[in-house]
Amino acid sequence: MCLAIPGKVVSSEIHNGIRVGRVQFGGITRETCLDFVPEASVGDYVIVHVGFAISLVDREEAERSYELLESMGLLNGELASDLEDS
Amino acid sequence: MPPETKLDVALNCPVPIAARESILLGHGSGGRMSGDLLRNVLLPALQNPVLERLDDQAIVDVGGSRIAFTTDSFVVKPLFFPGGDIGTLAVNGTVNDLAMGGAEPLFLSLALILEEGLPLDTLRRVMESIRVAAALAGVVVVTGDTKVVEKGSGDGLFVNTSGIGLVSSEVQLSADQARPGDRVLLSGTIGDHGITILSQREGLEFESAIASDTAALHTLVADMLRASCEIRCLRDPTRGGLSSSLNEIAARSRVGIELKEDAIPIREEVQGACEILGLDPLYVANEGKLLAIVGPTAAERILEAMHQHPLGRNARMIGTVTDSHPTMVTLRTRLGTSRIVDLLSGDQLPRIC
Amino acid sequence: MKYLDEYRDEKIARGIVAELTRRATRPWVLMEICGGQTHTLMRYGIDEMLPAGIELVHGPGCPVCVTSLEMIDKATEIASRPDVTLISYGDMLRVPGSHTDLLHVKARGGDVRVVYSPTEGLKFARANPGRKVVFFAVGFETTAPANAMAVWQAKREGLRNFSMLACHVLVPPAIRALLSSPRNRVQGFIGPGHVCTVMGYREYEDLVREFHLPIVVGGFEPLDLLEAILMLVTQLEERRAVVENQYVRSVTYEGNLPAQKVLAEVFEVCDRKWRGIGGIPESGLSLREEYAEFDADRIFGTEGVTADEPAECISAEVLQGLKKPTDCSAFGTRCTPENPLGAPMVSSEGACAAYYQYRRHAIAATGTH
Repeated sequence: MCLAIPGKVVSSEIHNGIRVGRVQFGGITRETCLDFVPEASVGDYVIVHVGFAISLVDREEAERSYELLESMGLLNGELASDLEDS
Repeated sequence: MPPETKLDVALNCPVPIAARESILLGHGSGGRMSGDLLRNVLLPALQNPVLERLDDQAIVDVGGSRIAFTTDSFVVKPLFFPGGDIGTLAVNGTVNDLAMGGAEPLFLSLALILEEGLPLDTLRRVMESIRVAAALAGVVVVTGDTKVVEKGSGDGLFVNTSGIGLVSSEVQLSADQARPGDRVLLSGTIGDHGITILSQREGLEFESAIASDTAALHTLVADMLRASCEIRCLRDPTRGGLSSSLNEIAARSRVGIELKEDAIPIREEVQGACEILGLDPLYVANEGKLLAIVGPTAAERILEAMHQHPLGRNARMIGTVTDSHPTMVTLRTRLGTSRIVDLLSGDQLPRIC
Repeated sequence: MKYLDEYRDEKIARGIVAELTRRATRPWVLMEICGGQTHTLMRYGIDEMLPAGIELVHGPGCPVCVTSLEMIDKATEIASRPDVTLISYGDMLRVPGSHTDLLHVKARGGDVRVVYSPTEGLKFARANPGRKVVFFAVGFETTAPANAMAVWQAKREGLRNFSMLACHVLVPPAIRALLSSPRNRVQGFIGPGHVCTVMGYREYEDLVREFHLPIVVGGFEPLDLLEAILMLVTQLEERRAVVENQYVRSVTYEGNLPAQKVLAEVFEVCDRKWRGIGGIPESGLSLREEYAEFDADRIFGTEGVTADEPAECISAEVLQGLKKPTDCSAFGTRCTPENPLGAPMVSSEGACAAYYQYRRHAIAATGTH
């Protein structure tokens, strides 16, 4: 549990009183309910589960936390090559 | 594995094994259930050495010539989809089964089962597709049959095609020929056909630019055979995807196969669809791709020949044949770890979990 | 694909593992809650990468595995009726009930259909007013808001032929039940990232206070899980026990308030029976009285359906993380994905199926579990 995938909002409209949008997942697009993410705009990334966006991807948090991960990768790479060199 | 206990395990688990005395959709999936049906119900009635090879086609000796003979039925729903229709599949599918035996495809038969109420225009469209596909493939439909069933008994239209072709004497392709050290080649991107069909299916629809990859592969095969005589086996991975074909080869040749995840070409759209539906592209059907098991020194030469052909532009080396874990197919993941690519039992179902 | 591919990077994964190896000075037993997380661990062979002392046991985070036998029996009974179309997520189709499963019901002529989203179920109901459309609504808190919206829309539109067989389950009560067991070996949890995306992680603070063990809310990609494991081990090594959030790109403390709002409007908390574990109080969601006219259980009179599970079942111990699937004498022999004896072998997220599909060659090669 639970399969939810990040996608990019490419359009948004009100349909039948519900906010829906087209969200793009790596080249395919699907109609997605955006009612749970009123703050999401076109161009934003949302996490989608069974056709409903359940969160807006926090770009800054994502970037910040990923930098930490990258540094672990780099550090390990350096240590590994240090060991090889010595 | 722990030694088996004498306790009746049914007492320990909450459900009895479901008795399986009728056909389920999973029997048509190309996975383990299909294999079981074949071995337990169909083959026992038909034992003969040619059939038991279980290649995509049978190669029989007739008056000194080697004739490849195959049959395939097409039950796809919806009948029409981006990239083709049931007619295109019916021609290309059988041409490909012949081509996987190294045959020059020559003649097809065409049997139609039509549901009462099928619009004639639908039938005309399908026939036109068959005409075009046959002309492109250079085969002739020389015989056929038509039956009509009552409304409610079919999905509108079922098609069966059988085909014959000629195989030259030097060509010896079969699933039991793979040897440790051989390389696994793949002619292009996986999952295009299966995902196209899913994109049209009620309840799962999505928009994409994907089309079915249905195509006749015999001229690609001819180029490959000209480039090298070290091709052991060819397979077109249709239902059940790469996994079914490779597991079959591993089982028949009693070898292990190791794939490299990073090497397997996949279109972004197919990747996206698989991600949201929770599907593994290794199990998704293809209709215009082939797998080749080839000798290690011949691999580069054959790949070059494939790259020159329109249907082989994205050809890649995706794995090797090994003597470890015989009959099992494994995958080296993009993290450098290893996992099994098992045969699924039935159809792969979309998941939420 | 953005926010996906970069979390599958090999170099970074090895970097996290190296850091983990440096920090772990003793063995630790961790549990990931979600079936989706189990799937990633198995599919990418992450258990193979971890240092020897870190043991991962797999929790009951698969709604397929834990949906009670009764619920499956209700679903198969309703689906067998000629005027009913039962709409379900794919996961549920092969789960065995007391006598049959939905795939077999379909084979015998039942109208059972798979959808990706509950909105497809609504579409079908609108297009087919002559059919009684029943949506089989399983899932954790992640799926409940979507299912709630479907019923909410049905009520608003007066869609009389649409109803729902609701059997949602909640994660925190299940964790509490696991932790209350005297046999519990788990020392830290990877929390359910998408459940917490909806619900936030306040409830997990209560659990940490009560049981004094760390919980790190984790995502679903390899780097997410590795980072969550690193954060857990760091806490354990430092003798801390708090809730931390690894999945910061999606999870916030409060969670998704609009989703919680629609949940509260449509569903209410109820007691729920979990397959293999038993009854856990206040661990499920059922339709509120105001939505009674959409409750398939009432409409089709299946409220009285009960099923007996034998008291002891290894499925239960696997789901509680007390045993590995390979400890079961039937694993891979009498119990396989084609002939599952219990739900964990059926669901692609179930621990048994994951082990069977991805890992048994390593098991066979070493002869150990």
